[in-house]
Formats: sequence, C-alpha cells, structure tokens
Amino acid sequence: MNRLKSMSPATRTNFLTYAGVILTFAILQPLSAAGKISPTLQGQLVPVCAYVVMALSLNLTVGVLGELSLGHAGFMSVGAFSGAVCASALQNVIPAPGLRLGVSMVVGALLAGIVGTVISVPVLRLNGDYLAIVTLAFGQIIKSIVENLYVGVDAKGLHFSFLQPTMRLGEGGRMILNGPMGIPNISKISTFLAGFLLIMVTLAVIFNLVNSRSGRAIMALRDNRIAAESVGINVIKYKMMAFVISAALAGAAGALFSLGQNTIVASKFDFNMSILILVYVVLGGQGKMWGSILAASFLTILPETAAMRDLKDYRMLAYAIVLILVMLATNSPAVQGFFAKLFRGKKKENEKGGAQ
Amino acid sequence: MKKRVFALAMAAVMTVGLLSGCGDKKAQESKAPENGGSTAANAIKVGGCGPLTGGAAIYGNAAARGAQIAADEINAKGGLQIDLRYEDDAHDAEKSVNAYNTLKGWGMQVFLGSVTSTPGVATSVEANNDHMFYLTPSASSTDVLGGVANPLTGTVDIQRKDNVFQMCFVDPNQGSASAQYIYDQNLGSSIAVIYKNDDVYSTGVYNSFDAKAKELGLNVVSVTTFTTDTQTDFSVQLGDAKNAGADLVFLPMYYDAAALIFTQANAMGYAPKWFGIDGMDGILGVQGFDTTLAEGVMLLTPFNADAEDEATKNFVKTYQDKYSEVPNQFAADAYDCVYAIYNALTEAGVTADMSASDICDKLMAQFTAMTFDGLTGEGMTWDASGAVTKSPKGMVIQDGAYVGMD
Repeated sequence: MNRLKSMSPATRTNFLTYAGVILTFAILQPLSAAGKISPTLQGQLVPVCAYVVMALSLNLTVGVLGELSLGHAGFMSVGAFSGAVCASALQNVIPAPGLRLGVSMVVGALLAGIVGTVISVPVLRLNGDYLAIVTLAFGQIIKSIVENLYVGVDAKGLHFSFLQPTMRLGEGGRMILNGPMGIPNISKISTFLAGFLLIMVTLAVIFNLVNSRSGRAIMALRDNRIAAESVGINVIKYKMMAFVISAALAGAAGALFSLGQNTIVASKFDFNMSILILVYVVLGGQGKMWGSILAASFLTILPETAAMRDLKDYRMLAYAIVLILVMLATNSPAVQGFFAKLFRGKKKENEKGGAQ
Repeated sequence: MKKRVFALAMAAVMTVGLLSGCGDKKAQESKAPENGGSTAANAIKVGGCGPLTGGAAIYGNAAARGAQIAADEINAKGGLQIDLRYEDDAHDAEKSVNAYNTLKGWGMQVFLGSVTSTPGVATSVEANNDHMFYLTPSASSTDVLGGVANPLTGTVDIQRKDNVFQMCFVDPNQGSASAQYIYDQNLGSSIAVIYKNDDVYSTGVYNSFDAKAKELGLNVVSVTTFTTDTQTDFSVQLGDAKNAGADLVFLPMYYDAAALIFTQANAMGYAPKWFGIDGMDGILGVQGFDTTLAEGVMLLTPFNADAEDEATKNFVKTYQDKYSEVPNQFAADAYDCVYAIYNALTEAGVTADMSASDICDKLMAQFTAMTFDGLTGEGMTWDASGAVTKSPKGMVIQDGAYVGMD
C-alpha cells in the first residue's frame, strides 16, 4: 500500500486500472467456466470486451488527442469483416481456434490501421468540427463499401467482386462475405480470455503511449496546438500516430466482436454505433481509461438486465433516461462534492487506522 | 488525485459487484422455473424474439400479438397450457442472441424463433447448439434453415440445422414462384425490378427471381436497388423503369417502402402493373396512405385477412378487438406457429416437466410427419429441410380489399 502511495498519481491510476481489469476477469472467468452466471451475461462477455476496447481506442482520439471522431464504427467494421474473412479462409490452414483468432485480430488491426492511415491524410489537415464531419462521412463510406463487397474462397485463394457477386468459384469454393447479407456463418472462436488479453494489450499500448515523449507531444497538441507547433512539434506526425493507433485497436476489437457472433452485417456498424461508443467515452470521462471501461461495460449490460427487460416496451426509453441521469449526475458539482466528501471521510479513517 | 484513486478503486469494486451480483441473481432465476415459476405447473414455456421496438417493430409486434392470441385460446381450452414470452431484439443479430439467452435463463422449452431474417440466422445457430426446437413464423432466409446450396457456388455454406423449421415460404421459393406466376399468366412483356440490397429478405427473393426469370426467358429491362438509408426517394429507380418502358414492376420488399413507391410513381404519372410478394401484405393498413394507389397491385401471399373461412374470421375479429388493426401475414404466421407447436406437443404427449432437448427430439419427429391446417394454408407439411410446403395465393387489390386472383 505504501508503494502504491509513493507512485505518481498517473502511474497509480494506471496500476489500479490494470488491477481492476485483472480482478474482474479473475472473478468472472471461474464463474463463467462453472456456468454460474446467467446465459445473458455469459453471452455478453465477449461483446463487452470488444466495446471496452472500442471505447478505450476512441478515448485515445477524443480524450488524448482531443479530436472528435464520429466514424469509429467504420474501423470496427473493417476489423470485423477482415478478421472474420481471415478466420474463415484460414479454417483449414490453422485448425487451432486460439491461434486463428490471434491471427485474425492482427489482420483486423492491420487493415483497420491501413484504412486509418489512408483516412488520416485528409482528415488530419482539418480541425474540430470539420474533422468530425469528415470522419462521419468516412464511417458511411466504409459501411457502403462493405455492403457491396462480395468475397469468396476456393482452392486458388480469395476472390473479390464489387456490387454484384460476379466471381466464378472453382470446385469446393464457398462465399464468405455476401454483400448486404454480411457473413452468415461465423464459427465463434472469440473467448472471454482473448477479450481480457486484448483489453490488457490495449491498456498497455495506450498507457505507454501517453507516458512517452510522443504521448506528451500528442497531449500538447490537444492543449494548445499553436504553442505546440511553435516549439517544433510535428502536428501531422503526432496526430496521425494517435489516430492510426486508435484505428488499429478498433480493428482488433472489431475482429474480436465479429468472431464472437454467429452472423454480422455491415449495417450493424453504422453512425449509431459510432455515437454509442462516443457516449461511452464521454460518460467515462475524456482521457480517463478506467472511466471508458466502466461506462462501456455498464451501458452494454444495462439494457439486457432482468430489471430493464421487465419494462418491456419502455426499455429503451428507460435506458435513455438512465443515460441522461448518469450524465447529469456525473457532471453535477453537488454529486461530485458528495462523493469527494465521502471519500475524504473514508480517507481520514484509513489514515487513522494506519497510524494505530 | 487522491479522490481519483479512491473513485477508481470504488468503481472497480462496484463493477465486480454489479457483474457478479447480476449474474448470481439471474442464475437463481434460471433455476426457478424447475420449481414451478409464475404460471401453472403444466405450462410449456414458449419463447420468441422479434423487433418490438425500432424500425422493424411493426413486424415483431404483429408476430408477438398473433402468437399471444393463439396462446390465450389454447390456455382457455384447458389441458396443456402455454406460457408465452416475447423479447425484443430490435432487428439486430447481437441483441437477438441476448434476447435468446434471456429466454433461456427464463427456462424456455420451445423457441418460436426470430421474426426477421438477420437475427434469425444468429438465433438459429444458438438454438441448434442448445438443441432447442425452433419454428420461426417469418424469418424466411435459407441461411436460417441451413443446408441450402449457395446459387453462386453450388456448395452448402451453412450445414442444415436439423431442429430449425419455418412457417413462412423460404425466399427462393417466393422469387421463383413469382417469376413462374408472371410467366404463366403472361402479366408483363417488359419487367422492372426494384429491390432493397441491404436486406436479406429482399435480396434473397430477387436472386431467385433473377435466376428463374433467365430460365423462363422473361424480359427484365431494369433492375435498380435501394437501401435503408435511401428508402425515402425512389425517383431514380422509377425513372429508370419508366424510361426502359417496363409495363410490370416487381417489388420484392416490405410494404412500407412499397407505399412510397406507389405514391411517387403516381406523382410522376407512371402506372405500370405492380407485383409484390408476401411482404406487400399490409399495404392497405399503412396510415396516411391513399389506398386507391394500390388498386390493381398483385401479390403472392399465404394469408388473406378478408378470407371467408371461420378460423380466419375469428382470428381477425379477436385481433381487431384487442389491438384495433387488421392483422397482417406476420401475425397469422405466428398464430399458426403456436398452434402447430401445440398440435405437435399434444400428439407427442409432451409434458411440461420434460427438458428442452427431449421436447426438441419429439417435436422434430412430429413436424416431419404431421400435416397442419392453419390460417396461412391447408395441408401444410414439413420435410427434413425445414421448409414448409404450402401454396401461395395470388391476390389482387380491388376496391381497397384483397381479392383472390384465381
């Protein structure tokens, strides 16, 4: 405990964030393996991990870089579809599901990173609202492209066609991606363990980036771009760094997500999804990684809880109201003061206890 | 900063509490049904999921209501009781699996499937893994059943899910039946098609229509598409069909988009013959839609709310009394589903204390052997492929009502 106190505040927060994730996993994994948790929660473990990584990666763009991105679901879509196509194509090459999942997540991250790099070229010449609008448009473009893309595989390898499924597949060939119908037959290989590891990797990447020279340059850009430029910080380079890393992590999350579903369609990764992830980030606090983790888990699980299901037709209305109340509460000085007082009181008790 | 650390620690503890707490509570709930649950001890728990909220809610609610009417009628008879529960999936594959898992936690023994196709593909895999009997009222994609060869490659991408059955026509049957019907009746010399290419249902029907049309040598002059995002303006698609001189337009889509197409075609003075499929059923109930525009529209549908037989009349009357609207095909399909399951359950002598897996075995044997008369057809049978055999009825809209064409 003393060592914990002697750490710098930022290190301590990072340390506790890791600890919180590990602790949650250590409790849930045995419960899940023993079948002690409800089927609903069991089914949500992997998607929650994917949404947590989505929120963390968007927090890098929004919280650390300070640029509003409204097309984050686009990167998730790239990762989801490339990861699922990869896993499907490699089905016979790599029989071990764990390894195949790992390879698919890397492929998803790489492709999303490449798309992120391409997009960042026009995007990062813009600032503020303009940047937000352009990312929104890119999210739509990615969705439209995936909606019209057909991918098949046969002995000769992968075949692609656009708008119409015109390719001729040889003997034993099969379609993987069917345009608007998406991928209807994904074999679920994502596990809670893989989701946990991806969260840990994401945290490690983000914390190490933020604590590095590059990270400080990125935050300097956020706090005052002109001042940062005047001391010689390369705006484009550091913006691109944050943006591409964010996109790649989103791609890995997409692959994790899609390989935990039976079927995915492009329309799933629409503007609403981008906004939902932005909500996680804003609710959790910009720049606060633990906040994103909590907000993403809480808001994903909330609408599926028994209490919310009991509300029937009013479920999504209640969800929206809860969202408004939580937003108000976390931003209200009265509530913040109350919690601060509560913690200060506890803190004093702790100190007393420590002195004796 | 101290505040932040404590907040963090507290938050971590609370998450764990939240997650494990909610798990425990539900785990208890899932055990509860064995001890009786809320309703009679001899009630079979039948679950279903569909879009009860969101853009596709009209279909989900219709199915849930139709199924509820059937369950109420059965429960009023005495004997085997049905405890029906519908959960919302908002027409989303991920949420439909959540809904399915919720129902599983509730102790569901028979699953009425998903109402729409994309969620249907997802839930059918889950139900197949769990060996839970699955009879969907309206998820018509062949991917739901599995075991059907992809028309492009000739390989079976999805293995047949042996416990999954459909009450509606599968999409390819509708498409090829429509092409055959147009050909047999010589309805049009040049044909245009407008379909929704981000929709499994519409695309599935179109693909099979296209294949059959080529085989029969139908003269298709214009094929245009739209998506969910663009289904407010059809001037381009209609303009293309008009310029190509199409005298019959095939609309494999749901009636909400079709209502707009009729309105906009009327505004641009284009009056071809219109031909729809079962999704067109319900067009006369669209609020604010001038039903005279749908005059002469032809459609293939298994259900006709104006049919004269006793069962349909009773169903329509009950539905209207309860929900003050005319039931559509979704409601009728779901109503038939519940009765088909009920008949099979009583035939097989299933009791409420059997496990979902045992019930599934018995129902699978019953379904492939039995013949069922319902609102959406008489003498319906199922084979091992899971698809239903019943004949579509050709309907035409005359004086604001559906009239049989034959």
